[in-house]
Amino acid sequence: MWNYSPKMMDYFLHPRNAGEVESPDATGQVGNLVCGDSMKLTLKIDKETQRITDAKFLTFGCASAIASASALTELVKGKTVEEALELTDDDIASYLEGLPPEKMHCSVLGADALRAAIASYRGEAPPESVIDEKDLVCHCFGVTRHKIEDAVRAHGLTTVDEVTNYTKAGGGCGKCKDRIAEIIADVRGEARPARPERPSKMTNLQLIKLVEEALEKDIRPALRSDGGDIELVDVEKAPEGPRVTVNLKGRCAGCAASGITLKHFVEQTLRQRVDPGIHVIEDETDRGAE
Amino acid sequence: MSGTIYFDNNATTFVAPEVFEAMKPFLAEEYGNPSSLYKLAGRAKAAVDAAREDVAALIGAEPDEIIFTSCGTESDNAAVLSALSGGGAGARLVTTSVEHPAVLNLAKRMEKEGRPVTFLGVDSRGELDMDELRGSLDGAGALSVMWANNETGILFPIEEIAPLAREKGVPFHTDAVQVVGKMPIDVKEMPVDYLALSGHKLHAPKGVAALFVRRGAPFREFLVGGHQEGGRRGGTENVAGIVGLGVAARLAREGLEDERTRVRAMRDRLEEGLLSTCEDAHLNGDPGNRLPNTSDISFDFIEGESILLLLDREGICASSGSACTTGSLEPSHVLQAMGVPYTSAHGTVRLSLSRYNTDAEVERVLEVMPGIVKRLRQLSPFGRADPAG
Repeated sequence: MWNYSPKMMDYFLHPRNAGEVESPDATGQVGNLVCGDSMKLTLKIDKETQRITDAKFLTFGCASAIASASALTELVKGKTVEEALELTDDDIASYLEGLPPEKMHCSVLGADALRAAIASYRGEAPPESVIDEKDLVCHCFGVTRHKIEDAVRAHGLTTVDEVTNYTKAGGGCGKCKDRIAEIIADVRGEARPARPERPSKMTNLQLIKLVEEALEKDIRPALRSDGGDIELVDVEKAPEGPRVTVNLKGRCAGCAASGITLKHFVEQTLRQRVDPGIHVIEDETDRGAE
Repeated sequence: MSGTIYFDNNATTFVAPEVFEAMKPFLAEEYGNPSSLYKLAGRAKAAVDAAREDVAALIGAEPDEIIFTSCGTESDNAAVLSALSGGGAGARLVTTSVEHPAVLNLAKRMEKEGRPVTFLGVDSRGELDMDELRGSLDGAGALSVMWANNETGILFPIEEIAPLAREKGVPFHTDAVQVVGKMPIDVKEMPVDYLALSGHKLHAPKGVAALFVRRGAPFREFLVGGHQEGGRRGGTENVAGIVGLGVAARLAREGLEDERTRVRAMRDRLEEGLLSTCEDAHLNGDPGNRLPNTSDISFDFIEGESILLLLDREGICASSGSACTTGSLEPSHVLQAMGVPYTSAHGTVRLSLSRYNTDAEVERVLEVMPGIVKRLRQLSPFGRADPAG
């Protein structure tokens, strides 16, 4: 049982400003169903004064996510866009008289939605919409190094668990926990924790075996939980690094995000588990057959 | 209990009044240590012996095949480690990916420490592939398969699995914590070597449980100490708890028919009602192969913790496989193993009944649930009837 503050429960049970404003001037949607929480924020903004005249939210998520979204709408109303941008996740949490540590990511979601909405209003790309794959640390929840660094700085976080509470990073399969520890150390200017070295020279047979193992243990289960699957077609050694050819199957095959799945998830996982030089390509030969 | 509608009996159950009454003297004037040599101690020992007979009778065991423990987790841990004790550090454990953490996390830890472990998956109905299981038993050191899943209530075919393990000479443990007291069990008919049961799941208090160890099955003490429990479990007996478990076992035997008929009927009425009045709601698991008391339903586009808190406002207690209720960020391992899509896994509610529930309570849940689901869907950006705006 969570220890929710009376004010937070009040905002959950009687959410203020639920819904969507009519013909909004700004819309920000962050999170998704897979992550377990998502928020859509719509704003009405007076062009003359740059003041937010109305704000509404829709939230999929737990009680604290709903309350955080509702609190955010109350906080931004009447503020100018510039003033609104000053609001932080901590402001949302304190408005609700605190959130349990494990639920801090709910207030972060609110702050993210606000930034996304204002970016859309200004015609800018939403923050974090273009994720550099090298920057992605937590693949389960799509959290970047940048975002983890920000949270560590803003809240003085010192442990991986604290980073998970604020950003969700590390809360899924847990494979990125070592990297999160390194990022904390980097930001705080401490010595990095030691990390085991991987053998760099391996035979093609060893390589194939490791790729197969990683596919089976780390990649297939995640794809299957979304109704997809993956097939290994070929592994070739190349000067720039091993080239792994695969076939995405099931729901992954027709998925619009299959390119992202391939690069962000499959390739990153193989790079982490097998060889940092790996390139993953999709088998083109049987595309016509579908 | 007034005002509380308790539909979370797979989590724990209330202590039956008869159980509490029987325990009272052993928390007061009957404080003897069963190991001592005077009448006060003798009465405590006699009470423990009587309870052992009652627990044995509930599952068709001999009294000397019952070891009292402190909780289901202790029973499971002791059984799995005992089953492996004959095979050395390299003996492979076979288990399933949907076990209770009492087995699953022990298996994961052993795997980390270098022991080979096979985790059998389940299909979307929550069921095992029996061919895969059969194949996995070749050269295995031990097998541990739960009888019924605590989240979905799905029953694994122990009547097929136990003879198979016996045939291949693999010691077999079943975690029957969710089954004992809800369905008839007879270990004389079922060649399991170990079986775990827990008091607080069948109207005894928390802090007492038991492990069935078949005569001749390897056993290695889990708590090493005195001669209690025939030298198989050190530590002074929890006399009052054991007495309570004995009475609860007797009551459970008498209540089995009620579970099979009335409880099942209430569960079915509840489930059919919810699935017909709430849109985008799905039952998890094979409806024909479940405990009579459990219903696990996913509501698309909304989140389990929010549902539970709104139910709680109406005095209704239930559980969820959602991530947010436990502080974990991923939905339940059982739903993930079954391939339940994230879209619905986050909005899962488990309702588990007991023979102490009433039809009126079922009707009350049916009355309030559609409103709760509707209310949360109005707040959700997904699955909206009117996507415009």
